Amino acid sequence: MKTYGIIAKFDDPSALLHAAEEVRDAGFKNFDCHSPFPVHGLDDAMGLKRSRLGYVIGVCGLIGALFGFGLQTWVHLSEYPMNIGGKPFFAYPAYVIITFELMVLFSAFGAVFGMMYFNKIPRLHHPLFDSEKFCSVTSDAFYVSIESADPKYDERKVEDFLKNIGGKEIEVIKDENEK
Amino acid sequence: MSEVVLKSRAQKNSEELLLGDQTFTTITNDISGVPEQEKAPIQWKLAFALALSLLSVFVGALGYLIWEGTGIWGVNAPIGWGWAIINFVWWVGIGHAGTLISAILHLFRQNWRNSINRFAETMTLFAVICALIFPGIHIGRIWVAYWFFPLPNQMAMWPNFRSPLIWDFFAVFTYFTVSLLFWYTGLIPDLATLRDRAKTKLRKKIYGFFALGWRGGNRQWQHYELAYLVLAGISTPLVLSVHSVVSSDFATSVIPGWHTTIFPPYFVAGAIYSGFGMVMTLAVAARSLYNLKHIITISHLDKMAQIMLLTGSIVGYSYAMEFFISWYSGNPYESYAFINRALGPYWWAYWTMIFCNVVLPQFFWFKRFRTHVPFLFIASILVNIGMWFERFVIVVISLHRDYMPSAWAMYSPTIWDIAIYLGTFGIFFTGFLLFLRFLPMASIAEVKLVLPESNPHHGDH
Repeated sequence: MKTYGIIAKFDDPSALLHAAEEVRDAGFKNFDCHSPFPVHGLDDAMGLKRSRLGYVIGVCGLIGALFGFGLQTWVHLSEYPMNIGGKPFFAYPAYVIITFELMVLFSAFGAVFGMMYFNKIPRLHHPLFDSEKFCSVTSDAFYVSIESADPKYDERKVEDFLKNIGGKEIEVIKDENEK
Repeated sequence: MSEVVLKSRAQKNSEELLLGDQTFTTITNDISGVPEQEKAPIQWKLAFALALSLLSVFVGALGYLIWEGTGIWGVNAPIGWGWAIINFVWWVGIGHAGTLISAILHLFRQNWRNSINRFAETMTLFAVICALIFPGIHIGRIWVAYWFFPLPNQMAMWPNFRSPLIWDFFAVFTYFTVSLLFWYTGLIPDLATLRDRAKTKLRKKIYGFFALGWRGGNRQWQHYELAYLVLAGISTPLVLSVHSVVSSDFATSVIPGWHTTIFPPYFVAGAIYSGFGMVMTLAVAARSLYNLKHIITISHLDKMAQIMLLTGSIVGYSYAMEFFISWYSGNPYESYAFINRALGPYWWAYWTMIFCNVVLPQFFWFKRFRTHVPFLFIASILVNIGMWFERFVIVVISLHRDYMPSAWAMYSPTIWDIAIYLGTFGIFFTGFLLFLRFLPMASIAEVKLVLPESNPHHGDH
């Protein structure tokens, strides 16, 4: 059975932050820092780039607005023109509301489904869930995980390294899915 | 020096918002302890039985409405809009506080919202469901309610997008969808907590399914936090637009008492006022039932009362301004509409509204009343009675006497109006009680951020 990687526990958010800096400076790429709530400053400490989700949401919002405005224009100008009290068909000020609402609706879908795409969820099973101890990460524990997919991965060296930077309860995680 | 001052303020803030010696572990245990109870408390069971009975009243009344048509209601010329529209505006307004708490206060980094936002968002969801029912059923032919949607159909028929009523449909529908997405996104980390604490296989599977495989890694938090921030950012103009559009249903007509430009801001303030009233009612009840007084503290109730004072006063200002403009306009129909509100046959509705929405919040200038829990509970219910009467005043009093005295009439609801209104409480409370039973009522992840220990620089010098 292949190994997925190694996890190590840290005491609190500041220990996790310092550990993240050490792991980043040691040159690891496939690692993650797990915490029960977002820890501020971890993005920089891990050397993560800015999330590209904002662009996805922006494009979705633009599509929503164009779709909303386009739909109303098309319906009132060509598909089903309704003369109501002689008011103009291309009543663009009246189209603003629905254009805005559809922009918001599409952006919201972009935000949630884009977040899921970047986070690679839903993924109901993950090798990390096999660790009994790792479960407390959603309550009060702070973990660093280094994956075997990392080019610098070497089981013994990584174990020593995590121990040196203050990691506790170090555990090697097996990957049951891959033989 | 200034850093020391700042730190002590942050410390004081967190001491008020979380009472006692709290750690990450105690927060998880206390909040997730509620949905993990083996048996629901007896009060919950009684409340749920009552909610289910109201729900069955709703189902019965709805069935008769579909069978017989809207003739069973008290609406008739000239009062074509009765309780259905009043209830729609009332429920959708209640929802607005949830979005204010979750989105606007998040953007302003008001971390006191972290204990009450889940609660308030859930209230929003069920309030908007109750609201959406009324436009659906008031059309009479409920089976063609899908005509609201711009769907291509064999009749080549489309909605009139220049009408505020269809704007309203789009606004409320978008509002419901975005609120649902926001609520669910906020729940993902907490569902993972419940999954990891689950004792039985079934619970693990169900919570695990909805937690989507959340692992709490910072590579996930990074995108998650951005998504959450953007949802808050787009919900803010959305919530302001929703009640503005609702008010356009009235303001774009030519009925005296409706045709005013003050309506959008006035409706939004009233909506937030009534929504905070509902959050207060529910929060006071739930915190004492589930012993979470250290998480939803007196300080939270105090802050909510302050927002009610602010929005109640904006509403009071709007009432005064409406009167002033009706006189200043020199339009006799407009002036009469307002004199008729205060002194006409429905004077009791008007003065109930003034008492509950203008006089009552003035007590909140005093800290003694803002921190007096029984007073807050009664006041919060009166707030929602007052806001219901505000919509009654706007809808019924404006319609019952407009231009021609020969077309004047009086309005009274039938038992079916009352049954459907009471029935929506069944929908609301059934949903809300199920939420209390199975989901964490406060955000486990976000409440932890109130603790100073959550800041990685805590204790640095």
